[in-house]
Amino acid sequence: MVRVDGGGDGTSLVTVRNLGKTYRRGSEEIHVLQGLNLDVDPGDFVAFMGPSGSGKTTLLNLLGGLDVPTTGSIRVAGDEITSMSAGKLTAWRARHVGFVFQMFNLLPVLTAYQNVELPLLLTRLSRRERREHVETALAVVGLADRMHHYPRELSGGQEQRVAIARAVVTDPTFLLCDEPTGDLDRRSADEVLEMIAQLVSEYRKTVLLVTHDPRAAERAHVLLHLDKGVLVEAQRADLVR
Amino acid sequence: MKYLRLLRVNLFRKKVRTLLTLGSFAVAMFLFGLLVIIRLAFNQGVEVAGADRLIVTNRMSLIQPLPLSYDQRLSAMSGIRDVTHVSWFGGVYQDERNFFPQFVIDPSTWRQVYGEYRIPADQWKAFLGDRQGVIAGRGLAARFGWTVGDRIPIRGTIYPGSWEFNLRGIYDGSKDTDDTSQLWIHYNYINESRTTRYARNMVGWYVVRLDSPDRAVTMAKQIDGAFANSPWETKTDTEKAFAAGFAKQMGNIEFLILSIGGVVFFTLLLVTGNTMAITVRERTAELAILKAIGYSERFVLLYVMAESVVIALAGGLMGVALAKLLTLGGDPTHGLLPLFYLPAADMALGIGLALAVGVLAGLLPALAASRLKVVDALRRI
Repeated sequence: MVRVDGGGDGTSLVTVRNLGKTYRRGSEEIHVLQGLNLDVDPGDFVAFMGPSGSGKTTLLNLLGGLDVPTTGSIRVAGDEITSMSAGKLTAWRARHVGFVFQMFNLLPVLTAYQNVELPLLLTRLSRRERREHVETALAVVGLADRMHHYPRELSGGQEQRVAIARAVVTDPTFLLCDEPTGDLDRRSADEVLEMIAQLVSEYRKTVLLVTHDPRAAERAHVLLHLDKGVLVEAQRADLVR
Repeated sequence: MKYLRLLRVNLFRKKVRTLLTLGSFAVAMFLFGLLVIIRLAFNQGVEVAGADRLIVTNRMSLIQPLPLSYDQRLSAMSGIRDVTHVSWFGGVYQDERNFFPQFVIDPSTWRQVYGEYRIPADQWKAFLGDRQGVIAGRGLAARFGWTVGDRIPIRGTIYPGSWEFNLRGIYDGSKDTDDTSQLWIHYNYINESRTTRYARNMVGWYVVRLDSPDRAVTMAKQIDGAFANSPWETKTDTEKAFAAGFAKQMGNIEFLILSIGGVVFFTLLLVTGNTMAITVRERTAELAILKAIGYSERFVLLYVMAESVVIALAGGLMGVALAKLLTLGGDPTHGLLPLFYLPAADMALGIGLALAVGVLAGLLPALAASRLKVVDALRRI
C-alpha cells in the first residue's frame, strides 16, 4: 500500500519522512522538494507525474541514493540511507537499486550480455554463475537471442530492454525508472511498459517510475502527482483513465 | 581479471587515437634511449676510468709531448706503483671516415696499468716479438673484419708515411663498458722512425697507477711539483677528470640531453593528459552509469588511470626496445661512438619514466572522473 500522508507505521519497504531538497543558485534558494512523506510496500508499482521542474527526478535520485536530501530521512528495507557515507551509499546502490534511464545508457563498446553483466562484476559470483544470471535476465526481457549484439545493432526498444535486464540482474530491492519510454516510439514504449508491468506482476518487483506519459502512468498501481516539490495528489492510475 | 575486458575494449574504442598516443610515447622513449646511448658514448672514458690511475699531460696542452725520460722519474716516486706512456698515432685506415683510436703504447708496462683488458698469452707474446705488430680491440676487428695475421696498412698524419702493421692479437674488455675499438702500436717502432732529434724520445702522456686511490690528489700535486719550472711542465689529473674534460670538449652533452629530454617529457605529458581529458569527457555518461550501478570512486579512478598507464607502458616498452634494437647492430657512426649500447638499468629507467608520465597524465582526468557527481553528469546528457 502506498501512502503520502506520513501515517505509515514505518514497516514499509520504502519510508520517506519530511523529505526536503533545496538548491542554492547564488543568493537564491530553490526548494525543489518540501516536507515530503511516502510509504511504499513491496510489489507496489508507483508512477510519479508532474510538470517539468516539479522535482520528480530529484525525488527518484534521492530514493536511489544518487543525491542527498537537505532535510528528512529515507529508509529502505531497514537501511537509513541519508546518513550513509558516499562509499557505503555506492555499495548500497549496487545491492538494492536497479536504475532504468530515459537514454538507456548502455556502454556502446560492450555487448548486451556484457552490459547486463556489469553490475554482477561487483559481486562474488563465479563466471558460470554470472552467465546464468545474465542469461536469465536477458530471457526475461525477451532478448536471449540478441545477447552478443552491440547496442548499435539493437533498436531503441531493445536497448531499453537490455537496460532493464541490467537493472534486474542483481535482483535489487526496487527498480527506479526515470522516463523509461521518453526516447521511444509508441510501439517500443508499449513493449517496455509491458515488460515493467510484467516484472511487477510476475516477479513481485517494486517499481517507482517517473514519467510525463499518461499511458505509462496508467500501468502503475498508484499515481502520485508532484507539483512545486510537494506531493499534492495521490490517486490510483486506473482512476485517471 | 574480470575488469580487464573493460580496459581492453576502451583501449581499442578509438583505435587511431590510441595508436597515435602510443606512437608518441614510443617515439619519445626511443629518443630517450638514443640520448642515453649518446651520453654514455661521450662519457665512456668517465664511466670506465680507473680510480687509481692518474694522467700526466703537458701543462701547455694535451697535444704537446713530454720527454720519455720522465718515465724513470715518475717510477722512482713513492706512492706510484706502475707507469706507462701513450701517444696518439692518428693515422687513416683506407678512408678518413674510418676513424678509430690508435695508441702508441709501451708494451713492457701497458698491461700492468691497464689490467682490465684480456688478451690470450700467445697473442701477446707474438705482439711483443714483432715490432710491427699491433693489437686490435674485439669491436674494431669485427668492424673491419680483421683476423689475427692480417696486414693492416695505415696512412700516417702525425707520423707521416705509409705504415704497415701486422695484427698479432685481439683484446677483449672485462666489462661490457670497456672500449674495444682501439688499436695498440709498438712505441719503439714508431720512435725509431722519427727523423728529427726533437721529436724522438717524446711521448704523448703518461698514465700512472697509484698504490692507493686515496692519495690521488696529493700525488697529482707531487708530480706537477716535481716537474715545475722545467721545459715540459706537467698537469696531472685523475683518469676520470681527464676523461670528463675530454668529453666536455664536445660541449655540455649532459645539459643538452637533459634539456631535450625535459622538453620531450613535458610535451608528452601535455599530449597524453589532453588525450585522457578528452577521453573522460567523451565518457562522462558511461562513467556516471558505472557509479550509479555501484562502482566506487576508487574503481573509476583506477579504471581511467589504468588506461593511461597501459598506453604509457606499451609505448615506453616499444620505444626502449627500438632503441635497444638500434644498438644491436653496433656503432652506426663508423667509429665516432665506439661504445654504442643501452644498459639494462637505463632501459628500466626509461620504462619507469614512461610509467611516471602515464600516471601523471592520467591522474587529473581520473580524479575528475572519480569525483563526478552522477546526478550532474546524467543531467548533462
